[in-house]
Amino acid sequence: MLQSGAGGLGCEILKNLALSGFKDIHVIDMDTIDVSNLNRQFLFRQADVGKPKATVAAEFVMKRVKGVKITPYYGAIQDKGPDYYMQFQLVICGLDSVEARRWINATLVEMVDPQNPESLKPLIDGGTEGFKGQSRVILPTLGSCYECSLDMLTPRTAVPMCTLASIPRQPAHCIEWASILEWPRVMGDKKLDNDDPEHIQWLYEKALERAREFNISGVTYSMTQGVVKNIIPAIASTNAIIAASCCNEALKIVTSSNPYLNNYMMYIGDEGVYTHTFAHEQKDGCPVCGNMATDFHAKADWTLDEFIERLKEKPDVQIKKPTLTTERRKLYYAGPPQLNELTKPNLDKRLKDLLDSGEEVAITDPGLPFSLRLNVIFS
Amino acid sequence: MLKIWSMKQQQQAASNAEGGQKKKKVTAAQLRAQKDITELSLPSTMRTHFPDPDDILNFTLTIEPDEGMYKGGSFKFTFAINSNFPHEPPKVKCTHKIYHPNIDLEGNVCLNILREDWKPVLNLNAVIVGLQFLFLEPNPSDPLNKEAAEDLRLTRDNFKRNVKNSMQGGFVKSTQFDRVLK
Ligand SMILES: [Zn+2]
Repeated sequence: MLQSGAGGLGCEILKNLALSGFKDIHVIDMDTIDVSNLNRQFLFRQADVGKPKATVAAEFVMKRVKGVKITPYYGAIQDKGPDYYMQFQLVICGLDSVEARRWINATLVEMVDPQNPESLKPLIDGGTEGFKGQSRVILPTLGSCYECSLDMLTPRTAVPMCTLASIPRQPAHCIEWASILEWPRVMGDKKLDNDDPEHIQWLYEKALERAREFNISGVTYSMTQGVVKNIIPAIASTNAIIAASCCNEALKIVTSSNPYLNNYMMYIGDEGVYTHTFAHEQKDGCPVCGNMATDFHAKADWTLDEFIERLKEKPDVQIKKPTLTTERRKLYYAGPPQLNELTKPNLDKRLKDLLDSGEEVAITDPGLPFSLRLNVIFS
Repeated sequence: MLKIWSMKQQQQAASNAEGGQKKKKVTAAQLRAQKDITELSLPSTMRTHFPDPDDILNFTLTIEPDEGMYKGGSFKFTFAINSNFPHEPPKVKCTHKIYHPNIDLEGNVCLNILREDWKPVLNLNAVIVGLQFLFLEPNPSDPLNKEAAEDLRLTRDNFKRNVKNSMQGGFVKSTQFDRVLK
């Protein structure tokens, strides 16, 4: 199986998986160990600071648990393609980034090939934020996916820009001011690198100056790092609870020993211990799983215009002003004027000059809840 | 694991799809941006421009208010949409140095839905309507340019004069502004 993420949640998951008897685990993580991780990421020691999390975690657990083989990969999940993910039976995620989770979710949904049972990889996703967390079982294309529930996520609470600019009240406001307003003002186009200690030091000094000006105390270097990297204080017990739930689900799924979670468990631990389990429903028109590409037969000699007319005749879709693209090019844009002008000439071109048979065309239209994906097959 | 697959087979039998070969797909962020951009309903006072038409995630919006204190000006904003859209809002900046209580001298914009009130269900149209509104009703209670906000709060007429002057490329106090007359 594959585990993605070897941070706070990841350490717990890896330890649990190994102790539950999983024998062959791959672990991916793109981060290196920072001093601030050591309080809860218990697979790491002082001497490991600066080393890749995946590698150190794998070595530690293999040393402690006999008979488990853990293969680390130090890098981004996006480095790997479907061939890599195909080798696993199940994927379990303890990631802290929404972007990475959206990516892995979309990749696993896309991999499902109706002809091949092996291609459906259950995804167990764990996430924590302070005293809150959730674990969920995602069966790509069979039920609600990560993208389906994206609207449910509360984006991080941002402070109004004008508060930062004129009336900071908290140390974090001074730090955000330094990174959002002062850095681009002074540094121009130079990109702020959250992992560069010199950049953080610069922000820290600016924030400190500003905090003095407004009589605010509490700005520190590590707080600067935390605010810039958008780190929500991690709670070790939340990680432990969510990891336990995720690993339980993994065990149940691979052994078929018990029914698995259907499909979302949320945990709230700030006022007592509360959990709520419910079946999150697949979202109509989910951009990832709600509109799996269906086959559409077309003649290679049709012009794009003819193709669009045929689409409008499809009784099950209500298309009025469609925009069509493929992964590699814009086919036709209904608006805005500039892009419409640019793509209009394609309307007279033949499909065979724009597409390969079997290529996926993505269509958006005001009449569609989200989009329509078609595999256009030449007959 | 066996049971999960039999669910897939049942679903397959029900939908009777054939399934083609696997190819690269347009990402969800890109598709959502495509939907938002092609379904923008822009009044005649606004237009978009794509410096690189292959890149729909980066474009400019020009606003030319036909009423209010900023009438006669032409204001350009850059929009940058990242791969985490719509979980994250687009980044919007004004490319001119203008005298406005909610826009600072570096072009940062104070608009609630660009930051604290952004939600994935909002679309680019909402952002554009919000920007347009800033030119019709500059808001002194959310200042990003404190002096301009103070000015507007104290004497509306004086503020009006300063706006006019700044739009012609003139000075307000010791700061020179960009000429933005169309
Ligand atoms: Zn979905």
